[in-house]
Amino acid sequence: MNILVCISKSPDTTSKIAFTDGNTKFDENGVQYIVNPYDEWYALVRALELKETIGGNVTIITVGNTADESIIRKALAIGADNAVRIDAEPTDAFFVATQIAEYAKKNNFDLVLTGKETINYNGSQVAGMVAEFLDVPFASQASKLDVNGTTLTLEQEIVGGLQIVEVSTPAVVSCAKGMAEQRIPNMRGIMAARTKPLEVIAPSEVEVYTSFESYSLPDAKKACRMIDPSNMAELVDLLHNEAKVI
Amino acid sequence: MKTDLYSHPDYYNLDDLYTEEQLLVRDAARAWVKKEVSPIIDEHYENATFPMHLLRGLGEIGAFGPYIPEEYGGPGLDQISYGLIMQELERCDSGLRSTASVQSSLVMYPIWKYGNEEQRLKYLPKLATGEMMGCFGLTEPDHGSNPGGMTTNFKDAGDHVILNGAKMWISNAPFADIAVVWAKDETGRIHGLIVERGMEGFSTPEMHGKLSLRASATGELIFVDVKVPKANILPNKTGLGAPLGCLDSARFGIAWGALGAAMDCYDQALRYCKERTQFGVPIGSFQLQQKKLAEMITEITKAQLLTFRLGQLRNEGRATSAQISMAKRNNCEVAMNIAREARQIHGGMGITSEYSMMRHMANLESVVTYEGTHDIHLLITGMDVTGIPAFARDMPDLSKM
Repeated sequence: MNILVCISKSPDTTSKIAFTDGNTKFDENGVQYIVNPYDEWYALVRALELKETIGGNVTIITVGNTADESIIRKALAIGADNAVRIDAEPTDAFFVATQIAEYAKKNNFDLVLTGKETINYNGSQVAGMVAEFLDVPFASQASKLDVNGTTLTLEQEIVGGLQIVEVSTPAVVSCAKGMAEQRIPNMRGIMAARTKPLEVIAPSEVEVYTSFESYSLPDAKKACRMIDPSNMAELVDLLHNEAKVI
Repeated sequence: MKTDLYSHPDYYNLDDLYTEEQLLVRDAARAWVKKEVSPIIDEHYENATFPMHLLRGLGEIGAFGPYIPEEYGGPGLDQISYGLIMQELERCDSGLRSTASVQSSLVMYPIWKYGNEEQRLKYLPKLATGEMMGCFGLTEPDHGSNPGGMTTNFKDAGDHVILNGAKMWISNAPFADIAVVWAKDETGRIHGLIVERGMEGFSTPEMHGKLSLRASATGELIFVDVKVPKANILPNKTGLGAPLGCLDSARFGIAWGALGAAMDCYDQALRYCKERTQFGVPIGSFQLQQKKLAEMITEITKAQLLTFRLGQLRNEGRATSAQISMAKRNNCEVAMNIAREARQIHGGMGITSEYSMMRHMANLESVVTYEGTHDIHLLITGMDVTGIPAFARDMPDLSKM
């Protein structure tokens, strides 16, 4: 099975989040990037498990600049066979999805896997767009994925239960928790990653439809206020007039 | 179970100076430690048991001989990667790092540097995976800071030698498959010998009652007329300089490791200062706590820079023994002070196994002592800058004092 896994970078979860240029840009100073966990722990590891059981090849793809090759090396160290970097700043989901779809079209993948979202922007848009551009089925947020010939059986969590769906390959699937377990790269993998192929491809011309106007941090956590249990009226008043939640 | 929330302090953006591969190696070691070691380390520490099941995992993350070339089964990493792995291990527990240090710098290093090709091919690949474990015999009951005074010796007996003597305070001894032992020949010259478990007359009794490095196994090596084949003698370097070369490598690892323990203590203290409230405010808002934290991060940052530069020098083959000595001493002292201050910040909670400072503090008492005590390292620096050794002198005539 020929599998393409899309990986994206996201700031390490312990990074200090700040903005520059009048709150229009994310401040990258001192920020360490990691492979987006949904892409790494679920999409990539499930792809490797499938390769190990039914054979095939796992290619990883990311849209980014030279600095982003660190996340590519990690994915290769975990076990992917080869990597592709589309040499461009990933401006928005439409741009990224177009680039990935262009590459996928030319390379006949049976399955394209992504994480269900990135943990920085939480957009959840790329996988669906890639499927649309490739004109193939799309299953989102799958927590289980099995392959039988050209049929994919997927589990998706729904309110109060599970839904099981089948789609035929080629297809795009976005992966959620439960799909696989994190693999820590071992030394053999890190050594092998040194020589695995990493292809750098120029981006296709794509119009950018989105501009980011401004960012802001969530409000700081406020101190807890204790209300005497006998004074329900005050509690209701505060919830209604100050917190505005009822 | 308590989640291991560790993230390293990087006040001077030192991560920007590491290579992609160095960061990958470090992060893999950290992820492995958080998953496999953090949940079980306190239990092993309290029970004074070594987590034997971790040996293969240590091999997989490259903790055994990271700088050993690929042709001998190692990953062929650089010295900074070695340091970073030691840092991640000791961030969790000094005993864990000790096991990896001994295997890497005191067993694999001498076989690689002083052994012949046959010895390298026979031992190094198995040592790299953890399938075979080793220990290092230099210290004796009566010869610690003065290893040159050793009495362990061997005599020529044809195709083999007869080894007699005893070594003490040997990490990994109770479970080691081989021991790299330093002993004098009949002319008094020091040689390294590979002694294998099972050789008649060789025993490794475990030492008990340690209140430090409790999750690490320590023992003695006892040799009573042990027949060691001459093929097991390391041929390429003799004299005290040979074991001291191993110690350079091990002390380099300790400098990184002790800093890891300091970083772990600081990381917890910083988090605790923000979470713990007294008098209605986080204790981190008090000047006395901020003073502690500010001093800790300053010392950590200085030690990080010292250690990183030492790694560069070592990569270039230019680090002197005295430079390594300074980093080992400084970082152990910094770590001990930070562990103590971090414990203070945690108040009573700091003495429980809920937090790691007290364990680090007790462990560091060994780390500051082994591989050259704090005082001996001061004398090494003193000798280096003055050119005058102050280790030994003629015994004064006490009757005239």
